[in-house]
Amino acid sequence: MKKVFSRPKSLKPTPFRYCPGCGHSLVHRIIAEAVDQLKIRTRVIGIAPVGCAVFAYDYFNFDMLEAAHGRPPAAATALKRVMPEKIIFSYQGDGDLAAIGTSEIIHAANRGENLSVFFINNANYGMTGGQMAPTTIHGQRTTTTPSGRDAKTSGYPLRVSELLATIEGVSFVERVSVDSYKNLMRAKRAVTTAFLNQIDCKGFSFVEILSPCPTNWGMTPQKALQWLREALIPVYPLGIIKGKKCN
Amino acid sequence: MAKVVAVTGNEACANALRQVNPDVCGIYPITPQTDMMQRYASFIANGKVTTESILVESEHSSMSACIGAAAAGGRVITATSSQGLALMWEMLHIASGDRLPIIMPVVNRALSAPLNIHGDHSDAMGARDTGWIQIWSENAQESYDNTIQAFRIGEHMDIRLPVMVCLDGFIISHSIERMEYLEDGEVRDFVGEFKNFLPLLDLEKPKSYGPLILTDLYHEYKRAQHEVMTKVKDVVLDVAKDFEKLSGRKYGLFESYRLEDADIALVILNSAAGTSKDVIDEFRQRGVKAGLLKPRLFRPFPYEEAAEALKNTKAVCVMDRADSFGGYGPLFMEITSALYHLKERPVLINKIYGLGGRDYMPSHAELVLNELNEIAKGGKVKIIKEYLGVRE
Ligand code: SF4
Repeated sequence: MKKVFSRPKSLKPTPFRYCPGCGHSLVHRIIAEAVDQLKIRTRVIGIAPVGCAVFAYDYFNFDMLEAAHGRPPAAATALKRVMPEKIIFSYQGDGDLAAIGTSEIIHAANRGENLSVFFINNANYGMTGGQMAPTTIHGQRTTTTPSGRDAKTSGYPLRVSELLATIEGVSFVERVSVDSYKNLMRAKRAVTTAFLNQIDCKGFSFVEILSPCPTNWGMTPQKALQWLREALIPVYPLGIIKGKKCN
Repeated sequence: MAKVVAVTGNEACANALRQVNPDVCGIYPITPQTDMMQRYASFIANGKVTTESILVESEHSSMSACIGAAAAGGRVITATSSQGLALMWEMLHIASGDRLPIIMPVVNRALSAPLNIHGDHSDAMGARDTGWIQIWSENAQESYDNTIQAFRIGEHMDIRLPVMVCLDGFIISHSIERMEYLEDGEVRDFVGEFKNFLPLLDLEKPKSYGPLILTDLYHEYKRAQHEVMTKVKDVVLDVAKDFEKLSGRKYGLFESYRLEDADIALVILNSAAGTSKDVIDEFRQRGVKAGLLKPRLFRPFPYEEAAEALKNTKAVCVMDRADSFGGYGPLFMEITSALYHLKERPVLINKIYGLGGRDYMPSHAELVLNELNEIAKGGKVKIIKEYLGVRE
């Protein structure tokens, strides 16, 4: 029988323990596929965040480093400078990258480090149980904003991609989503571009991935995808914000 | 009338904070504390308290916000664990140096690396020298009672220092226990109105906090901080006396358990003390004179009182749920310092147990008490510092 489907080499045969309908498993998969297709598995080092994806190293079948909360861009900088032939990426959620680690991401970008950063935006702190994140949208209910986020007391949804795109050292920024097959393919192209840019020494590449968190949004997986489309994408429009995609 | 409830340690502390209803609360999640501040956020949303919450982006910012609010003249709280406390480290010194009575439950958890979310005392022991008062709690009831008393201690006009109330991550923070709540009004009356001391918001009398002091007066400033710490013990005891009148529950600088005539003793903090007490009872039944000392006030440390309590024992094991690599456990170092001045001292050994949430079982206490019994009968100490229950 003809084999039509197999697990990417870059994923271990470990069942994902993310919640049903969670976007992390999809994003892991497209990163693994991109790594396989670019044949860089033995050159890649990933950095896992603190957050739900803290277990990324259980799933990826290549070298991984666990950094302190928010510090992957600083750790990635060091790895890349010491081993420029390696392909270094960080995988960070919005708690890790857009809250506690804002300083590290901005300065790695500003130094134009030759890195690929994958940023999972699910508009809340997933692992600790759905608290407000800087990316939480207006009126969104979280466990620390049970009546909905109010800009008067807790600020506005932070558009990290647009913010980083203003930095001269940044070569590529794209916001993608994993809510449909079409968008998933776009997301995979963006991930591939971010790796290719690094291979070609083009500097800092950043892919923001809107990803469902059905558990903390209190929705079924299907409803979560719908909410992502109807509520999140209008606040976080998809598309290339800076640079060009590689073919 | 006290209300009997079945709650987790986190819920108990959150309710103590609710009953006090402070002005400002810095909120940032970290396992295993998360659920405490989350509950507090829902008290705010439901109008149960009038506290202003600040949802910050890290623990460093949380403590910074608390410092600002406390210097402005507010009654201020936050809570944290592990890496969160570690990230606050810089600001912890500023809170105590500025003499700001911020109250912070610390749900004890191991430190990275490797990453571990379970309970041990490495976090709070790392903050031992930050100038904060530290009060440790065995169970949900003590966590609740200590949180309430912490306001009176830290805010005392002779003290004005920040206070950490420590409780064990998961073992206490997430287990449901039977305990008693005081009435809201009783707690309010007990802690009293918050009294300001040199608030920044007093526009008639402008002042500054934490300015540059170099070789001229910094040394004196730090000496003064130590001086304040020497007054804490008496305040802790006074507050405990008042609290006993209110609740019927007795607190001291530490708990002595069957120690009066003990030949051998354990010194052990927090939840593991509970496990050990049962084993001590069994040894007593067998005629072995065993006892236990459970420190409550760890900073400032009650050296003289601890020495007095242990002076008639023959052999003591100090049990540490934290380590100082290349040194002895932090609690062991305190107890050796305390006992050094005695003419006749018990033999001391140190066991490191339960790191990263490794279970502490009655069999561990048994093992240690048997070893102490041998030493007390004249046996030799083989190794001073040893790790309990290590998987070989
Ligand atoms: S909590 Fe949310 S982000 Fe985390 S695994 Fe579950 S669905 Fe995914």
